[in-house]
Amino acid sequence: MRERVVLIGLLFAVLLLVGCGGPSEESGSTDSCDMDNPPLYEEGGLTVATDRPAYPPWFKGDPQDYSGYEGDIAREIAQRMNLPLKWVVEPFNKSYAPGAKDFDFDINEITITPEREEAVDFSDGYFNNAQGVLVMKDSQAADAKSVSDLKDLTIGAQVGTTALDFINETVKPTTDPKVYDTTNDAKSALESGQIDALVTDLVTTVYLSDFEIEGSTVVGKYPRNEQFGMLFEQGNSLVDCVNQVLGEMKSDGTLKRLQQKHLQQYLDVPTLKK
Amino acid sequence: MTTTGTGPSVPSGRGSRALGNRAVLVSSASTVLFFAVIAVIVVLAPGSEVVAERFFSPPHLWQSLVGSESEPSVLGAFLLNVKIFTVSEVFILILALVIAVVRGIPGPVFFPFRLLAVAYTDLFRGVPLILVLYMIGFGVPGLGLGFVSYLPDVTYGIIALVLVYSAYVAEVYRAGIESVHESQNAAARSLGLTRWQSLRFVVLPQAIRRVIPPLLNDFIGLQKDTALVSVLGSIEAARAAQIYSASEFNYASYVVAAFLFVLITIPLARFTDRLIARDKRRREAGGLA
Repeated sequence: MRERVVLIGLLFAVLLLVGCGGPSEESGSTDSCDMDNPPLYEEGGLTVATDRPAYPPWFKGDPQDYSGYEGDIAREIAQRMNLPLKWVVEPFNKSYAPGAKDFDFDINEITITPEREEAVDFSDGYFNNAQGVLVMKDSQAADAKSVSDLKDLTIGAQVGTTALDFINETVKPTTDPKVYDTTNDAKSALESGQIDALVTDLVTTVYLSDFEIEGSTVVGKYPRNEQFGMLFEQGNSLVDCVNQVLGEMKSDGTLKRLQQKHLQQYLDVPTLKK
Repeated sequence: MTTTGTGPSVPSGRGSRALGNRAVLVSSASTVLFFAVIAVIVVLAPGSEVVAERFFSPPHLWQSLVGSESEPSVLGAFLLNVKIFTVSEVFILILALVIAVVRGIPGPVFFPFRLLAVAYTDLFRGVPLILVLYMIGFGVPGLGLGFVSYLPDVTYGIIALVLVYSAYVAEVYRAGIESVHESQNAAARSLGLTRWQSLRFVVLPQAIRRVIPPLLNDFIGLQKDTALVSVLGSIEAARAAQIYSASEFNYASYVVAAFLFVLITIPLARFTDRLIARDKRRREAGGLA
């Protein structure tokens, strides 16, 4: 008797679900963005996401009201669109998950790559990134002048960063690279000698060397034609508005001014030879 | 147990065959419908196409399995998991047995040893594995203590796994030892065996045989927890999957890693089932197990 009830219940469940109809159509319309009436996550305000902890000099100050290079870019965009700005937290690993996003855009030192563009949309680039190599002053690695000098070192990087691509594709070290969850873990590993060199984006590298890791030095940078972009849900037409504003910020020199204000002191590093 | 099993315990009375057929029919229908419900729910979900692409796209599944120039192969990285849990398990089985035996030594002289064994199990069963990993893997190298501080990170990972899992496994051993009736020990001693001989030849063989299923259970837990060793830097399967995912913005690599873990635990799980069934048969037969 009981099994009959279960079977009939299951059968009804199937019929009911099939009756509900097929998958709803994707609203993938790519109209251009209307600056006076932009499509927003939350009515009447711009919701911008970044990971926490957020690292200087990209972000500084209060998490409700970030400044710093990326913080100021978001603020400037919101201002030019006449919208109040609201910061929310979005872990990097979740930012590319399928489904609707909980923000208008995510700004978190994310490098634009063709593979990633299959899953999300990016704004135009707002910063030309290079990889920086950090070592301890008293180690042999401190004499490295070229990429090939790094080949025999144990190199570490943070997971999910393009630093790892640089290590695997450009350096091709003889020892497998070490990969850490956070910059902090990688920092501990460098300090305790578990790794000989740490690769991060150049600005972070110089910041770590100047303020965080005593006795460390930056041996050089290596530009790889990478740009940071803001991450949008695929098909979100807001990206057009943001690109328009970003274009204005580029042409009137605002972006350059912000870069000089926040990042200039971190960019003056010799380039590693091949 | 209303299947068509031919065991002696099933009475071969009226209509048992028809009953068996009906059971097969009902179970088949139930199975088909059950999975149909799940399939329909998944397929009809508004985001099903996106999820299929993000989690189950065949090119991504394959590429993450074999790896590329810029991304490690999940399969290759999984060999590190196998290495870690194989090496750890050997040390765990030894260390845990020592702890369990020490905890059971009678006599006032051995009180500090018993105390140490109790403190050890209490401590390492209580602290989450990931915290032990951090403390060993980042703390010990930071000390700068000769070669102890310059071991490979995988070694620190194995040490942490052994420390934590030995505490659990010691308790499993202890349960086994305490389940052997005191008369066994008394009989052995009356035959002239020393305390140690009695433990070695009479108590432990019975105790260990009884706890093999829970030991294998802990071993399966250990296999999965090897994924945590990646916090110390080495690339094992879960980390390789994470790297792929972050660089391609696709989660298929996680599905591949999950599949590999399941693939290796299933044979062990079935093996455990068989051992339990064998043990049950023996006990029901009424013989000395």
